[in-house]
Amino acid sequence: MIFDPNVILKHLPEIISGTGVTLALWIAGMLLGILIGFIVATLRRYGGRAVDLPLGFVVEVLRGTPFLIQIFLVYYGGPFVGLSLDPVPCGLLGLSVYAAAYYSEIFRAGYASVPHGHVEAGECLGLSRLQIIRRILLPEMALIVLPPSVNLAVILLKESAVLSIITVPELTTTVSAIGSQEYAFLEAIFLLAVIYWVIVEAAARLGRLAETRLSTFRFAAS
Amino acid sequence: MTLPAISVRSLVKRFGTATVLQDIDLDVPEGKVSCLIGPSGSGKSTLLRCLAFLEEASEGMITVNGEALGFFENAKGERERLPAGQIRAVRAQIGMVFQQFNLWPHMTALGNVSEALKTVHKVPKAEAEERAMVQLAKVGLANRAGHYPSQLSGGQQQRVAIARALALSPKIMLFDEPTSALDPELTGEVLNVMRELAAEGMTMVVVSHEIGFAATVGHQISFLDQGRLLFTGAPSEIFAKPRHPRLEQFLDTYLDRGASMLA
Repeated sequence: MIFDPNVILKHLPEIISGTGVTLALWIAGMLLGILIGFIVATLRRYGGRAVDLPLGFVVEVLRGTPFLIQIFLVYYGGPFVGLSLDPVPCGLLGLSVYAAAYYSEIFRAGYASVPHGHVEAGECLGLSRLQIIRRILLPEMALIVLPPSVNLAVILLKESAVLSIITVPELTTTVSAIGSQEYAFLEAIFLLAVIYWVIVEAAARLGRLAETRLSTFRFAAS
Repeated sequence: MTLPAISVRSLVKRFGTATVLQDIDLDVPEGKVSCLIGPSGSGKSTLLRCLAFLEEASEGMITVNGEALGFFENAKGERERLPAGQIRAVRAQIGMVFQQFNLWPHMTALGNVSEALKTVHKVPKAEAEERAMVQLAKVGLANRAGHYPSQLSGGQQQRVAIARALALSPKIMLFDEPTSALDPELTGEVLNVMRELAAEGMTMVVVSHEIGFAATVGHQISFLDQGRLLFTGAPSEIFAKPRHPRLEQFLDTYLDRGASMLA
């Protein structure tokens, strides 16, 4: 078998489109995951046991089952409970919920990392709960939650390849199809690895940059 | 006699099954310095935290300048929780200083002091910072306004924390072991700020192991032991002729450590 780069050039438009879908789903899933995860962590912190326990159970189930199984369940099981979704919205839903479970744990650890006295100081000065979250807790936990968040983002990008099994027209689906069509399996798999790795590397660098910026901006070195 | 700044009646505080404060009655006179002393675990910090409403008393009433704090007694004589807005209004009369300073590390000294003015009282940024600078100058730290807490010594951090509380013009200042986290060289600068505040007539409640400060600045000393308030009186009564055997024993340990000139 000879490595034939012409296959890649020939199908460049499809590859670009597949990469676009992957990037879009990844970023949207991540942002929704961060939003939902933050809300879940906040509800668990302030909602009392009646909120904390059931949410904690859901998070444990989501973290304790493979993403592949979750996607199968939503896509093929969903219609039985009236949730018939096309591949792309189904993929986005699955990715966001999966991400939310992990992000909620990151934010929970972030909340726990802020000394309670910093919150009490805010309470004594009359800050509302929302003001304390926005002005004290979030900025103070930012440095703590950033590294695991970037790490999770990287994992999510790679997990998004799983969406190919429900025919979402993302990168893995597209390139695998090209491979089958052209009998160029090695080229396809190799190309996939390279593209994912390039995106991951870019994300990691962005994360490190943010970390440096944040640490110099937030806590001036003494 | 004028109305006490804070009045505590039959206060009980339990954590689960443990009773940490039992039947506390205390009047904090306006414009005076009241000190709470006692051994570790006697409940003095818990009592102060109840006054700041950081802990909710299990029973009893606290009034601040005649207004109920947190709970009130309704017509049927039952203890009822006040609405959140009212609790906040009463708490606004009180400033709190913590043992661990609790400055926000992501804000400069100026940011810490001006924060509540901006977010809670909606004072425009420029004016809030101007008022914050006045307080920083008062604690002698105008030249450190742009420093982050990590760039300040412990004593400076605690002075910023005092300025932060003063910025909201509280009527009463609570101090929870304000110098216990500081090395002896730095306690002086914090105690000096507190002395100046006392001289201006600020109503203060101070939990402290600084018996010297209590004896020289305090107007009223309360001694707690095992969750009970055993004795409240003027410093002269407390230190010159400690009447209670437990208080005598407690003070002896301090006198042993070279504070005998106070007696």
